[in-house]
Amino acid sequence: MQGAKPKNKSQITLSQIKEGSACTIAELHLEGLLRRRIMDLGFVPGTAVQCVRKGPTGDPIAYTVRGTTIALRKEDAAKINVFMA
Amino acid sequence: MNNTIIGHNLLIELKREAQKKRLAGGNIYADKIVSDIFTNAEDIVHKNVVRKDKQINWSQKADNILTSKITGYPIMLLTLGAILWITISGANVPSAILADVLFRFQDVLTGIFMYLGAPDWLHGVLVLGAYRSLAWVVSVMLPPMAIFFPLFTLLEDLGYLPRVSFNLDHIFKKAKACGKQSLTMCMGFGCNAAGVISCRIIDSPRERLIAILTNNFVPCNGRFPTLIAIGMIFGAGNLALHLQSAAVAGIITGMILIGIAVTFIVSWTLSRTLLKGEASSMVLELPPYRRPKILAVLYRSFIDRTIFVLRRAVLVALPAGAITWLVSNVYVGEISILAHTANFLDPVALAIGLDGFILLAFILGLPANEIVFPILIMSYLSSGYMIELDSLTDLQILLVNNGWTWLTALCTMLFCLLHWPCATTLLTALKETGSKKWSFLTFLIPTGVAFLVCFIVAQSARLLGLAP
Repeated sequence: MQGAKPKNKSQITLSQIKEGSACTIAELHLEGLLRRRIMDLGFVPGTAVQCVRKGPTGDPIAYTVRGTTIALRKEDAAKINVFMA
Repeated sequence: MNNTIIGHNLLIELKREAQKKRLAGGNIYADKIVSDIFTNAEDIVHKNVVRKDKQINWSQKADNILTSKITGYPIMLLTLGAILWITISGANVPSAILADVLFRFQDVLTGIFMYLGAPDWLHGVLVLGAYRSLAWVVSVMLPPMAIFFPLFTLLEDLGYLPRVSFNLDHIFKKAKACGKQSLTMCMGFGCNAAGVISCRIIDSPRERLIAILTNNFVPCNGRFPTLIAIGMIFGAGNLALHLQSAAVAGIITGMILIGIAVTFIVSWTLSRTLLKGEASSMVLELPPYRRPKILAVLYRSFIDRTIFVLRRAVLVALPAGAITWLVSNVYVGEISILAHTANFLDPVALAIGLDGFILLAFILGLPANEIVFPILIMSYLSSGYMIELDSLTDLQILLVNNGWTWLTALCTMLFCLLHWPCATTLLTALKETGSKKWSFLTFLIPTGVAFLVCFIVAQSARLLGLAP
């Protein structure tokens, strides 16, 4: 479960962000193709991200990053560490 | 020549070296490059772009309703039902007019053949076979397609389809499949071959195969007319005219829901047997809603889709009609070749609630599902009941005279929904998977499911004494 636990206290994972609140990306614990795709879509350390809505069962979760809305599954969002805004 | 080869080798060498460096540095280089690109892009945007906040708000508000926990699903269902209802009620009148005109022209053709003193068999093959099935395919298929395709392209243009994926992803995740499979299913409504090609949007090869193998459980436009006609005759025949299309829309929606349920069950089973594996990631963009460009929608749906699909159906219907006429009019002993074959298939067909002629029509319809119903009607007509078919009531009499009950109608609809994909879809699956094994399974799994479901339905209805 690499990345599931935040490295220090001020960081939580993207999947823990509540609907409507914003955060800044700290680091990505994703590997390979998925890491590249997610970064290409704008999830780069230092970027502001907002959680806009959750799916019917709380999964997937939609985030706004740089004016675009992207939906991620909970497991993937849990591998992205963020700073609360 | 030499130079290019050296240049080429040098490039490969360089690429290998770069790869090594990149891997040695973990993600540092790639991350740095992406970050820099975004920093640059942000600079440019800051200097040059003025955002209109209104548009974003509008999209958000629409999403609040369309992907809400409470209203999301009912709206999806209502949209599907509404599209089907508009298609069915809108296609009724033009279908009747087209049939009237085309069958009247058949009489003209017959007159010309008689005037020229053409032999009976030539008139039979060309007019009663090829032309009549062409007339059937065009009059039954063209109106629903000309309404359904633009409506669907409109939804696509609006940006609604990714929301469907968003709403349904958690169910696909349970089946260990990809949420984007719902997009490929949407494509399948138009044409399963297009649906199979659209599976390229799924990143994981395992999940892509699941989507290809199950795409056929969404009824394509070639199968809608069959479902509509049977639903109309047996499900709504006795209702008042204005209720008919609503009732049929309800029946077809139910059929589609069965198809979606089977898709989930088969995907779930595949993920635990042949295509074992865990659900991988899904990254789905939810683009802002756009105002559709009506003219572009009309052009794209009519030229790219309607004409394309119709052309294929016509190309298949002509020879298939001629062949069907031949085999139903060449006699071996007392009965025709067609009847011999149908009799041979009868035991199996009866066990699954069909009859030999229906099963044979599905088999002959392998090149294109559009011709299944025309073939069936032609083979019933040639077996003695010569009536004019200009209304649904006549069609109902024809089917009932041939032993149809509500159970036959239900099983035929289920078989139509679940059975093997058409030849084009199979060839597309072969091209996309590059494997004979997987394309054979694309044929085998739906066939097995169709036989199993129809067998269970027919046998339990008979056991319970609900049908003969």
